[in-house]
Amino acid sequence: MCRLPPCSGGETAEDGRNALYGRKSLPAQRMVEMMGGIIASVPGATAQGLVWGVMALGVYVTYKLLDIADLTVDSSLCTGGAVSAVLILSGMHPLLSLLFAVLAGMLAGLVTGILHTRLRIPAILAGILTQLGLYSVNLRIMGKSSVALLRQPVVISLGNIPMALFIGAVSAGAVVACLYWFFGTELGCAIRATGNNRRMVRAQGVDTDRMKIIGLVLSNGLVGLAGGLLAQYQGSANVNMGRGAIVIGLASVIIGEVVFGARFNFAYQLGAIVAGSVIYQIVIAFVLQLGLSTEDLKLFSAVTVAAALSVPVLKQRFVRTKAVSAPAEGGNRDAEA
Amino acid sequence: MLKLEKICKVFNPGTINEKQAIRNLNFTLRDGDFVTVIGGNGAGKSTMLNLIAGVHTADAGSVVLDGQDITRLPEYRRARLLGRVFQDPMMGTAGNMGIEENLAMAYRRGKTRTLRWGITNEERELYRQKLKMLELGLEDRLSAKVRLLSGGQRQALTLLMATLQNPRLLLLDEHTAALDPKTAHKVLTLTEKIVCENSLSTLMVTHNMKDAIRYGNRLVMMHEGNIIYDVSGEEKKGLKVSDLLAKFEAASSGEFANDRMLLA
Repeated sequence: MCRLPPCSGGETAEDGRNALYGRKSLPAQRMVEMMGGIIASVPGATAQGLVWGVMALGVYVTYKLLDIADLTVDSSLCTGGAVSAVLILSGMHPLLSLLFAVLAGMLAGLVTGILHTRLRIPAILAGILTQLGLYSVNLRIMGKSSVALLRQPVVISLGNIPMALFIGAVSAGAVVACLYWFFGTELGCAIRATGNNRRMVRAQGVDTDRMKIIGLVLSNGLVGLAGGLLAQYQGSANVNMGRGAIVIGLASVIIGEVVFGARFNFAYQLGAIVAGSVIYQIVIAFVLQLGLSTEDLKLFSAVTVAAALSVPVLKQRFVRTKAVSAPAEGGNRDAEA
Repeated sequence: MLKLEKICKVFNPGTINEKQAIRNLNFTLRDGDFVTVIGGNGAGKSTMLNLIAGVHTADAGSVVLDGQDITRLPEYRRARLLGRVFQDPMMGTAGNMGIEENLAMAYRRGKTRTLRWGITNEERELYRQKLKMLELGLEDRLSAKVRLLSGGQRQALTLLMATLQNPRLLLLDEHTAALDPKTAHKVLTLTEKIVCENSLSTLMVTHNMKDAIRYGNRLVMMHEGNIIYDVSGEEKKGLKVSDLLAKFEAASSGEFANDRMLLA
């Protein structure tokens, strides 16, 4: 692959390709062009993956550490984006606007947390309720269904990919460092334990409801930050920008785990999620280059994540079937145990 | 030190599954008592422990510990005073966390969780010494995930966690019932050692009548949500399993014949 001529177009590249394949190998030539398109899209996809990685870390906090599938994120991402965009348009420094994006996300998480713990609404439903309500709130914040950041100062933009890569990496790195620290503290340990064994944690004198609320607030704060960064990156906030965010977050978490393995320390695992998010965005860029239409993208994501989530179950079933069929009756009992 | 007064507890009131688990129960535990609790299925043994621990709240009556009325105190706020080991070995520990992380959780029982680091190095040394006492080789596996341990190891660890900060009262809810006889014996020996060394007030629910006689200085038998037999001192030491069976027979007019008490 690396021996291919430069693919940025221009005469030399054209000549090089003609010399390589001649006139007869048109499909090969098209493939080279496509590869060129894919390679050209990698830096942008990477920058986007780093921004989405911040959101994936938020999803990780609830989904993996707290064992709650929090659907608030589909709307709190937009809340973060909307708050950041509107504040920038009103003249606020884009960096400061991100702080408010975080606070707005946290507030959304707090609402879900209270619905879930104090009012005993199941976590999924609590998330859906907040998500639905936030849709209206997001429209109110923006005043319309989308807000463009034309010629506004931003901290990260697709107009400057090298800078976007740098800012994206710094943001994701800072969030990983903060989470690594936080989940090593007494409070962080108690939150992790809450996701693991609630009864044990209560027996150790910890209010599990409070831990859940803190986790949801933290998670949605990160999602709000990602929303703010994303709005600045793509130059607009839009009421639909978070649709399916939970699925993208889960995909990143799963890819990170599958590709890099759940080993070494906690910081490595957090880094793996950001890397998983980058891989996901590159894969998306890849399938778009292959000709998948953007309308079909959500179906593609949903199917991918459903498949990835079912892998452990299918694997187990396969192993069990083998264990049952191989030895006669003794094996059956073992497999059941 | 612990006083249960006129406790009543009904589960699923007003439904077809209504069950009066505890009926007008009175019970006093003296400082340093090691009480074993026996009784058939549904006698209310676990419910009594859960009422003390705050998993359930009594419908009527009061729970007083060290002069403080804790009847309505939420579970997590009573934890400061109580050490607990459950029947299910999976229940007392967090499987996805390391041995030292579990101990660190228990070391801070009842304290506010701050943003200080979760485990300090001095603590690790303390944990290592305490784990050595279990003689299970866990002291060399401080960072190993607890889910890798056997049921017996997990119960021993839970017992250590329950007593890491001396509790005012230790609650053992059939904590050896899920273990094989050899491991159960080991955990019981360890229990007795820890209880004696720290002279802990203890309530131990068990299904095994021999164990109920062998351990502790006092034995209570429960039936239909109340205590029907309470014996301590020399009289308890002289008890035989057949005596207990006779008590059960008398209390329940033979219905225990099918109970798993007989298998014990």
